[in-house]
Amino acid sequence: MSLDPAAVRRIASLARLRVTDAQVAQIQGELNGILGWIDQLNEVDVTGVEPLTGGALMAMRMREDVVTDGAQAEAVLSNAPDRDGPFYTVPKVVE
Amino acid sequence: MFDFTLSEARDALRARKISARELTAAYNRAIASLNSQINAYITETPELALAQADAADAALAKGEHGPLTGIPLAIKDLFCTKGVRTTAGSKILSPFIPPYESTVTANLLRDGAVFLGKANLDEFAMGSSNMTSAYGAVTNPWTRRGDNRPLVPGGSSGGSAAAVAARMALGATATDTGGSIRQPAAFCGITGIKPTYGRCSRWGVVAFASSLDQAGPIARNVEDCAILLGSMSGFDPKDSTSADMPVPDFASACKRSVKGLRIGVPREYRMEGMAPEVETLWQQGLAWLREQGATIVDVSLPHTKYGLATYYIVAPAEASSNLARYDGVRFGARTEGGHDLTELYENTRADGFGAEVQRRIMIGTYVLSAGYYDAYYLKAQKVRALILRDFTEVFRDVDALVTPATPTAAFGQGEKMDDPVTMYLNDIFTVPVNMAGLPGLALPTGLDASGLPMGLQVIGKPFDEETVFAVSAALERAAGFTTLPTLRAGA
Repeated sequence: MSLDPAAVRRIASLARLRVTDAQVAQIQGELNGILGWIDQLNEVDVTGVEPLTGGALMAMRMREDVVTDGAQAEAVLSNAPDRDGPFYTVPKVVE
Repeated sequence: MFDFTLSEARDALRARKISARELTAAYNRAIASLNSQINAYITETPELALAQADAADAALAKGEHGPLTGIPLAIKDLFCTKGVRTTAGSKILSPFIPPYESTVTANLLRDGAVFLGKANLDEFAMGSSNMTSAYGAVTNPWTRRGDNRPLVPGGSSGGSAAAVAARMALGATATDTGGSIRQPAAFCGITGIKPTYGRCSRWGVVAFASSLDQAGPIARNVEDCAILLGSMSGFDPKDSTSADMPVPDFASACKRSVKGLRIGVPREYRMEGMAPEVETLWQQGLAWLREQGATIVDVSLPHTKYGLATYYIVAPAEASSNLARYDGVRFGARTEGGHDLTELYENTRADGFGAEVQRRIMIGTYVLSAGYYDAYYLKAQKVRALILRDFTEVFRDVDALVTPATPTAAFGQGEKMDDPVTMYLNDIFTVPVNMAGLPGLALPTGLDASGLPMGLQVIGKPFDEETVFAVSAALERAAGFTTLPTLRAGA
């Protein structure tokens, strides 16, 4: 499977990355190089194999559904690039 | 002062032969004089370190000491440190000052360690050369004989490895998603272990690929790694994948005999393009273990060659999800000037992430997107299951595996940069271990023809780091590797 320029733009848009027209051709070449190399996995027969979804070889641990942390608004907001009192700011989203 | 290993420094501190302040001040001076050449540290915290050293001296004076009281360490800049900037090697986190401490670094502080600063790394731990850091490349303290061109320290924990090798720290924290502890340790002639997935808490470690990421130490020798890992490990309820298991005495495992152990040699690790010295080094290592009473067994891991391609689906997929949080709104850098929220996100992320990180986010976005998920991501998870099955079957018959750590010694800065896939091939021997969640340790056992260190890797069963330490210590004793890099403190 090979990506065309429109597909590169669509992926960049899904990933919320700005790409310039000049970058598209280069990214297309690099991504196709990687994807072409990844295609070697087509040789592997995985019939009847269950996917391995995590790194832990044990079942995920459960815990009580209770609050364990919180009430730290100032710490949470302390790294905001721009804030207005207890709020984060973003460009206007409603006209 | 710089000739002390971590365990020797610990003993000298306890015997009050040296003070923690003297030791830390010496390392502060080493960093001040060498960091402009090596760039192992992004952020230096000499005053904080001296304050911690004074607290260590006070504790030692009262006879109250922990396992690491007064030991100066470098902390990979992927571990969040409360009140100390944590960048992950990225421009997007350049203003980030964590209001909390990662579990691993909190464990080290609990045990009395002193933090010298934050070590350089590939951006978001994505790389095998430390060339992708937004804070500049790290220079390997080693050079080829008669050739002063700068070499890479490996990556992603290149700053941690270079700091330990150049004696700018007694040990370091590191992380390993596909080889990021073992490959730089091998390139810098020192020792590093990636423990079993779940052994060290991932809480407060900037996430790359959550099902693969695992913290571990880099240090001068096997025993020092065992001491550090003992402090870093342990159950943490804040990480849902943390293993609720007791932490064994890793340091005493280093003294165990290898007599009677069965050591597997996977035939698929004998690869085309491998430096000729690698085969010699490997055979020598096996001979040493045989002399000490181990039995060497030929084994097969048939899906080894698919490890890297599988990794380059799974890791970018997880990375694209983990890195979605960098939006220029809640924390980190922001690029102003967008007309709407989408432009704010797109401009912030395009400016804040480097080329390799953007490439991996796009690969991950693609393999998870509608219509391609089954062909790429689901397929990769199934091949990952086969890689794990290979190891599980082999470990029914053997106690540990011994392989080369890397296909070559350290390469030059700027080499292997033209094609991403060429760079990815560095991790061919280390990636399968992450895919299967196993412990793996790299240690130096010899030099190549140009005088650069080369390492072997010892792979163990899940949660059997003790056997990994026993086998590694046996190799270390036999190898007697004492060569030091040209660039180092006290030289």
